Amino acid sequence: MLAVNSGIDPLLKRPFSIHRRLGGDFQILYRVTGKGTAILSKRCLGDILEVVGPLGKGFPVKTTRDKIILVAGGVGIAPIFALAEEIKMKKPLLFYGARTKDEALCLNELKSLGIKPVISTDDGSLGAKDNIVNVLKDFLSHNSVGARLPRPYSQLLTLNPSPVTRHVIYACGPEPMLRALSLLAKEYNLKGYIALEQNMACGIGACLGCVVKTKEGYKRVCKEGPVFPIEEVVWE
Amino acid sequence: MNLSVNLGRLKLKNPVMTASGTFGYGDEYSEFVDLDKLGAIVVKGLSLHPKQGNPVPRIVETPAGMLNAIGLQNIGVDKFISEKLPFLRKLDTKVIVNFFGDTVNEYVKTAEKLSSVKGIHALEMNISCPNKQVGWIIFGTDPRVTYKVVKAVRKATGLTLIVKLSPNVTDISLMAKVAEDAGADAISVINTLTGMAIDIKKKRPKLANITGGLSGPAVKPVAVRMVWECHKVVRIPIIGMGGITSAEDAIEFILAGASAVAVGTANFINPKATIDIIEGIKSFMSAEGIKSLKELIGAVRC
Repeated sequence: MLAVNSGIDPLLKRPFSIHRRLGGDFQILYRVTGKGTAILSKRCLGDILEVVGPLGKGFPVKTTRDKIILVAGGVGIAPIFALAEEIKMKKPLLFYGARTKDEALCLNELKSLGIKPVISTDDGSLGAKDNIVNVLKDFLSHNSVGARLPRPYSQLLTLNPSPVTRHVIYACGPEPMLRALSLLAKEYNLKGYIALEQNMACGIGACLGCVVKTKEGYKRVCKEGPVFPIEEVVWE
Repeated sequence: MNLSVNLGRLKLKNPVMTASGTFGYGDEYSEFVDLDKLGAIVVKGLSLHPKQGNPVPRIVETPAGMLNAIGLQNIGVDKFISEKLPFLRKLDTKVIVNFFGDTVNEYVKTAEKLSSVKGIHALEMNISCPNKQVGWIIFGTDPRVTYKVVKAVRKATGLTLIVKLSPNVTDISLMAKVAEDAGADAISVINTLTGMAIDIKKKRPKLANITGGLSGPAVKPVAVRMVWECHKVVRIPIIGMGGITSAEDAIEFILAGASAVAVGTANFINPKATIDIIEGIKSFMSAEGIKSLKELIGAVRC
């Protein structure tokens, strides 16, 4: 939880994921969408901002032996990049959807991790003109892969002929993407974890403002989340 | 320097409490706050049975404030007693349990359960919820209904009984008097002010519940005024709350007539707010040469 300002306007801290850790420092990656991020974008080098964190539960990856599929939508690349950096030795696949070429971020940084993302954009300015969940579906279905995926991935496919059920998804992005992804995961019987967003006040589990509906009732995005097993979330 | 204050028979080591619904069941804040330093902890409101609460969005930020419509989500009184109370019992502070009901009978049953266990020092009744028995009239907005429910709970508990008043009434001092006459030992002033916010592009309310309770610095002047009005008509102690974020805010409430204060929304902004406020009150007292905090209660000169 990060205060973009001192004082009472805006009143509340904002939740952000950790994008990169560099020694004792960390970076956040955000899109200017409202008042808080607009103020934040005007803060300068040397300004001091108050932070409470890290909070909540991240992606559980340490023990997985499955082939990892990362899925990011828009600025949802922020925590997915952090995860990619952490697990680059496991050679994850990355499916990354953005609105336009200009909004596809971190491409050079991904390259330096040795990760070549499959990209799609809403306007087709980079990669396939499609939403990224459709592209992932093509990949999983093994059908039109050659036609729709860029070359490195059609090669990857032949290098990884493992059955699709041994893939595990880690995703962050807008709600429609996560919703579609959860249907896809169900269809292909995949395990997966998704990082959710919600309006938050306290960030430490006290206010009960940021809940999400799950199979076990409402859970707090700030405390039990923000990462949840994909099959646990109930979409309304 | 003496910071202790009394709420009826209940003695607090200092006047700073937490406002119900902003401090969970206490354990959520234990890594930020030395809970033993607080005057009292008021826990999230409990009902006879667990309640799942409202759909999201439940909160929205507003200028210098926030609207919430959590919908009184809670684990229920039984689970509180078995899972949360053992932790609270070990603390060196007073534990005040906020509760509510859908019917007078539910209030009474919940109060009885909470009064039958050790480790609870006082009960705080939330009367800002609808009475399902009589067509959804808010308990706390009709003086006759308020009297009836407070009187019934008074008979059911020997604990210090605090009634938390709704500000969404024409004359809060009347409701304060009614609560006193029905046997309350203290009153909390104020609960949140009902508000609404609209997304102008979607033409939809920003809260799933449509309306919610406004809290935070935006409500503070209203709350101070209401404490002052209540202080003129009741003898029982008042717990002042509504937008307190600093020691200066807390002292304003005390001067208006509050014997103690509760910190609410400020806990969300700064998890250590309660401790900062206690320290700030001490500094103020030493700078102003005040030996006992009780000298300040209701000491505003009008």
